[in-house]
Amino acid sequence: MEHHLQTPLKIEDIEKLNAGDIVYISGEILTARDEAHARILEMGEKGEELPFSLEGAVVYHCGPLMQKTGKGEKKDWRVVSAGPTTSGRMSKMTPPLLKAHNVRVIIGKGGMKNVSEAMKDRCVYLAYTGGCAALAAELITEVKTVHWIDLGMPEAVWVLRVEKFGPLIVGIDTKGKDIFAEVREKAEKVLAEMRK
Amino acid sequence: MFSKISRETFIRSIADLLRKAEIELPDDVIEALRKAEAREENPVAKSQLQAILKNIELAKNHGVPMCQDTGIMIFFAELGTEFQSGFDLEAAIRDAVVLATVEIPLRPNAVNPLTRKNSGDNTGVEIPDIHWKLVPGKKLKITVAPKGAGSENMSALRMMNPTETGSIKHVVLETVINAGGMPCPPLTLGVGIGGSFDKAARLAKEALLEPLDAPMSSFEKEILDAVNALGIGCMGLGGSTTALAVHVKTAHCHTASLPVAINIQCWANRHASVVFGEEE
Repeated sequence: MEHHLQTPLKIEDIEKLNAGDIVYISGEILTARDEAHARILEMGEKGEELPFSLEGAVVYHCGPLMQKTGKGEKKDWRVVSAGPTTSGRMSKMTPPLLKAHNVRVIIGKGGMKNVSEAMKDRCVYLAYTGGCAALAAELITEVKTVHWIDLGMPEAVWVLRVEKFGPLIVGIDTKGKDIFAEVREKAEKVLAEMRK
Repeated sequence: MFSKISRETFIRSIADLLRKAEIELPDDVIEALRKAEAREENPVAKSQLQAILKNIELAKNHGVPMCQDTGIMIFFAELGTEFQSGFDLEAAIRDAVVLATVEIPLRPNAVNPLTRKNSGDNTGVEIPDIHWKLVPGKKLKITVAPKGAGSENMSALRMMNPTETGSIKHVVLETVINAGGMPCPPLTLGVGIGGSFDKAARLAKEALLEPLDAPMSSFEKEILDAVNALGIGCMGLGGSTTALAVHVKTAHCHTASLPVAINIQCWANRHASVVFGEEE
């Protein structure tokens, strides 16, 4: 089944998505990877306010390759290449992130371990084809702004406007069904058979 | 006798080589991906392979890197013992990386391992990583292989017991299962067996440079079939092609040792070569 979503997202928008469905997203998305996750959690612990809102947000595990086209204005950036990074590195930080903020969609590649429980009734994980960075760049229509550029280009939080961003495959749905975990379990069984 | 190439021309050639490696995949890699797409029956896996093929075409047409992880730069140089450049080749390669980072552009990926401070230009201590091999003759062949972290992070080195030769296949399979969709399958697997702790890893990395259409030994074929039987598929979402090829390289080792290294390569098996001193 194919779905088209528009940000910001409500829980009703994502509850209808089932593992294996195809999704396209339009609107605003934010990039965040290792360092940004760590800083979001750290600021939360200190009770500090984030410079951006994660309410109904789409978080994209991505360290884009950007090129500066202007002289220091935040908007003067061009997206060169912006595919998903390995979500597995964010596995541990994701349950506390979802507890503190109403993030409704996480986009990444390769899946995450032990997050499906934390995602139940809250968030979906959408898989974007790893390495497809030229394709992703085509679907990003605007670089709205950038936060935390001090973390470096790949680790900063880029606020991007996207148009029909996809195809994204629902990897983990709000019911807790996790395609990656199922594939892994099956592979382990095949290996156990081979060892016999 | 010195080669006729100037330092400036050499730097230009290496920067152009980097551009080629980042933007275009070798024909044998594209062909292997096309074949995988044609034979794939799982609709999700097929959609992923189609996205990959479309991405390859877009990157080439627009002249942009195919993946935002433009990697760290690894060079394999075969230096003819009679080739003389008259300038510091390593420093020139380094300058070419700095130039290419701005020109192409490339994502600055090189950081200090402890402070995590980014150098900003893809160079740093011992990076770019340049491997020199002395060969007979008057030529210098340079291959660049930009390596992304997604696949590199899932690679493994195991110091096995010498009596465990029969378990090598299972160690490869465990590594591939543990990696799942994280290293962006369909993969190419470079397996280095023997040598020493570091030599095995080097052999595994060199094995990734083998053409994907090169004939595989029965051992390589056996591992490839077993890897694909796991059903991990493109991006770990299930499917029939988890790996496109397995290449094994071996070296004699200590009688008490059995080092086994598995270097994982994502679908974007990027590399390009150039030869200097051909006309002499």
